[in-house]
Amino acid sequence: MKAQKNIEYKATSNACKLCSPLGASLVFRGIEKSMPLLHGSQGCSTYIRRYLISHFNEPVDIASSNFTEETTIFGGGANLKIAVQNIIKQYDPELIGVATTCLSETIGDDVPLILRDYNKNDSGKLSPAIVSVSTPSYSGTHIDGFHGAVKATVDTIAEKGNIEAKHVNIFPNMLSPEDLRHLKDIFFDFGAEHIMLPDYSQTLDGPLWSEYQKIPEGGTTVKQIASMGDAAASIEFGRILAEEESAGKLLKKKFQVPCYSLGIPIGVNETDVFFNALSTITGKPVPEKYVQERGRLIDAYADGHKYVFEARAVVYGEEDLVIGLASFLSEIGIVPVLCASGGESGHLKNKLCQVIPDFETRGIEALEGVDFVDIGDAAKKLSPDFLIGSSKGYKIAREINKPLIRVGFPIHDRMGGARILHIGYKGTQQLFDTISNIIIASKQDASSVGYTYM
Amino acid sequence: MEPMRKETTEYEEKTDNWKDIDPKKVKQEIMEKYPPKVARKRSKHFVINKKVDDENYTEIQANVRTIPGIISQRGCCYAGCKGVVMGPTRDIINLTHGPIGCGFYSWLTRRNQTDPSTTPDGHNFMTYCFSTDMEEREIIFGGEKKLKAAIQEAYDIFKPKMISVFATCPVGLIGDDIHSVTREMEKKLGITIFGFSCEGYKGVSQSAGHHVANNGLFQHVIGLDDTVKEGDYKVNLLGEYNIGGDAFLIEDLFERCGITLISTFSGNSSVDHFSNSHTADLNLIMCHRSINYVADMMEQKYGIPWLKINFLSAEATSRSLRKIAEYYGDQKLIDRVEEVIAEEMPAVEKAQAEIRPRLEGKLAMMFVGGSRAHHYQELFKEIGMITIAAGYEFAHRDDYEGRHVLPKIKVDADSRNIEELDVQKDPEKYNPRIDKKELEAEERHGVRLKDYEGMMPDMEEGDYVIDDISQYETEKLIETYKPAIFCAGIKEKYMIQKHGIPMKQLHSYDTGGPYAVYKGAVNFYYEMDRMINSKVWDHIKAPWEKSPELSAMYAYE
Ligand code: SF4
Ligand code: SF4
Repeated sequence: MKAQKNIEYKATSNACKLCSPLGASLVFRGIEKSMPLLHGSQGCSTYIRRYLISHFNEPVDIASSNFTEETTIFGGGANLKIAVQNIIKQYDPELIGVATTCLSETIGDDVPLILRDYNKNDSGKLSPAIVSVSTPSYSGTHIDGFHGAVKATVDTIAEKGNIEAKHVNIFPNMLSPEDLRHLKDIFFDFGAEHIMLPDYSQTLDGPLWSEYQKIPEGGTTVKQIASMGDAAASIEFGRILAEEESAGKLLKKKFQVPCYSLGIPIGVNETDVFFNALSTITGKPVPEKYVQERGRLIDAYADGHKYVFEARAVVYGEEDLVIGLASFLSEIGIVPVLCASGGESGHLKNKLCQVIPDFETRGIEALEGVDFVDIGDAAKKLSPDFLIGSSKGYKIAREINKPLIRVGFPIHDRMGGARILHIGYKGTQQLFDTISNIIIASKQDASSVGYTYM
Repeated sequence: MEPMRKETTEYEEKTDNWKDIDPKKVKQEIMEKYPPKVARKRSKHFVINKKVDDENYTEIQANVRTIPGIISQRGCCYAGCKGVVMGPTRDIINLTHGPIGCGFYSWLTRRNQTDPSTTPDGHNFMTYCFSTDMEEREIIFGGEKKLKAAIQEAYDIFKPKMISVFATCPVGLIGDDIHSVTREMEKKLGITIFGFSCEGYKGVSQSAGHHVANNGLFQHVIGLDDTVKEGDYKVNLLGEYNIGGDAFLIEDLFERCGITLISTFSGNSSVDHFSNSHTADLNLIMCHRSINYVADMMEQKYGIPWLKINFLSAEATSRSLRKIAEYYGDQKLIDRVEEVIAEEMPAVEKAQAEIRPRLEGKLAMMFVGGSRAHHYQELFKEIGMITIAAGYEFAHRDDYEGRHVLPKIKVDADSRNIEELDVQKDPEKYNPRIDKKELEAEERHGVRLKDYEGMMPDMEEGDYVIDDISQYETEKLIETYKPAIFCAGIKEKYMIQKHGIPMKQLHSYDTGGPYAVYKGAVNFYYEMDRMINSKVWDHIKAPWEKSPELSAMYAYE
């Protein structure tokens, strides 16, 4: 449930959130041979494609049922069926992920019903799996669309077979392709079989093509998703997600798969919890490689803490990312003076208190449901040393003349948004080095003498 | 600086043979992959350029709705209205009435530039994105109250001269009356406030939104300020959006020629300029598609004639300047224009001589916009490159075949739902700038008025002209021709680069530009050379893929 909002009207200027079908499209792009289809006017799908494309620097196809004026009067059933038909003929997908838009939601199209009819009409021919998810943007943000699509996919496809399965399900939240690759490495090094949903590590960050790919290679297979009901356990990242109906909890309810709800593993604390859980689930010790990574990270903390200590940061983004980043920042002595999100779960502050024990005494502000004008106003008062979040904070960074460290989504004014590693000891190491160096560089640039030694 | 040279690659050898490819066969192969119904439809949009008689080229189907499930690059009516036409004006508060996404996605993504120091109040709201951010409550109970509050809030904080409101799809559906709200708020606040009914489902592409925006500007803004500025040759520039600073260069050129620019729709633009634009004596149209409506309406109401011009490429710029000078027929201007051309051309010719040998004969394809895919062909021609395939996302038939087909265009249901204003001569402000006979003959001093011949006559027979090209057709063309460069927008960008082919964004210019007039043309030549001849293309194949012996060596060692 969303927190009750006070009824005083307020416009949003420079939003710190995107709309739900974007999150859903991202998930469907992380399933093998799958095609996202937005049920509504073509503008939504064109806009969303553009946003995903400019972050990932990859082609992103999202189909639309192309509403017209008459469709808005008579309902979108016919258009949706034609769209599904044309997608099947052109792309031959194994899954079509249908997400609604504000328009079809307002009209009240019953997508599952329309598609059930469709399957009947088309009987005889093997049709792809169709997953539909309701994603009205007027109640929720892109992250709700993301989790909604993961859950709908699992709900539609996962089953319980009879095999003695030992694999682990991992629901990673909205991370970067580089993060997803790192996660896969970790599972591999643990010798633990896993199924990750979604997995856009290749579909949205792949090599050059030697020939045309109708749908980019990679992604979780439909077969794998089907076997998620057989897993030994599920892990899902996100302390906010832990409060919501999620895919992991659904599998627990339906098929009694134990579910570990953890924070996004950024920083030593949260990453330790993750490795611990993996060790427990698999019954294996943490591989030496990661023991070393952790060791190097702590060594770097010891060397660098004096440069970052007491620095002040403004953190913004999806609530779960904000919690992960804030947890990491505060463990190295940086005060995340402002933790802000366009999301509005009602749990942000609470969860921040869990990961930042001295939250109250530090005077940290946690703001939910805010836009960049609010964030800018608060930032100006809090005199931070840097901002950390997506490209969208650049306007504020420029106004207050402080550096912006780009993480999360969307990053459309730099290269390599898809290759930022945020998680694990290794990701934390990279964040730590980046942040320390930005702080050191600011001092260096401000000094009248051009020191080249620290 | 001399760019790093690259070796000749495999596909370049292939490029030389492109003339042997039969376009009809290529088309046939592409169409065969579609379901029959889709093929029938697409084949009318996918034409091989051919002159059928003195006046006409092969008919192309355009401005009809995209088929559900076929991925196109088109945007919606709202995108055309808010993002394209209204967006680049710095001192209007553009407020999106709808859920958050629509507004968010149109937030400063076009790299329009603006210089607020040239209007006295220095207002610049372009870096902002205002939205009513509708929530479930408003969808159920209506959003007019929230809209009112948002207008009030924007006014209180920024004290703008004008606020415009844009309706998104759900708004049309729940029946919010944005026009009565804006009227009420206009009365209350005493500034210009009005709304656009540009719900995304209207029309078939962003083109509908251009029309809606043109209507709005014409009804609510143009003509508000009658101050007549000094200047012998007063013009408006229509359809120039100042991407990458193009308009700055054009402004500078005009100034040197002694031409006074009253208003640009809409690049480096201000409401002040719009309000005053009816005092100009000539309208110049850059992007025909997005803005010809305003030009027509201004002619009817105020008596201002219009000319089609183009400032992309040196050749086109000189031609356009001469056309303007001829139109006025004033020797002072004619001489001044020649002087300016003479000053500019040596640098242009020098650059052409340098670049041409490196790019001569290479192929270009461009699919973008409603005029750019035409304009840029001339730039490529100046460095010896050949455009063999071009088309638009949201153009109409007249943009391809020329305005003489206008009477023949069928108006379908999708276009009918965009209002056509009934424009009459203004009883006080109508002032024919030229002789009635000239106006009727649509010609003055040998210069054709209101004339645009479209893209087809400027392309060779046998070239591809493709409307609303699909992803699949793009892929096939690339595979078949391996062009040296492909120009399009962000949505195609990475798919093309995935094939190891240089891609230039002609909507937002990547981070480059300006490319307009002479300086911009030179800039563009060098940039094409750097992109097409970049060394990165040498690394596409790993050594073991390039020569089998080598891979054998790796294997046995
Ligand atoms: S209508 Fe809804 S789904 Fe479409 S772009 Fe707007 S917010 Fe997103
Ligand atoms: S909801 Fe309508 S107006 Fe908004 S982006 Fe989608 S098509 Fe365009």
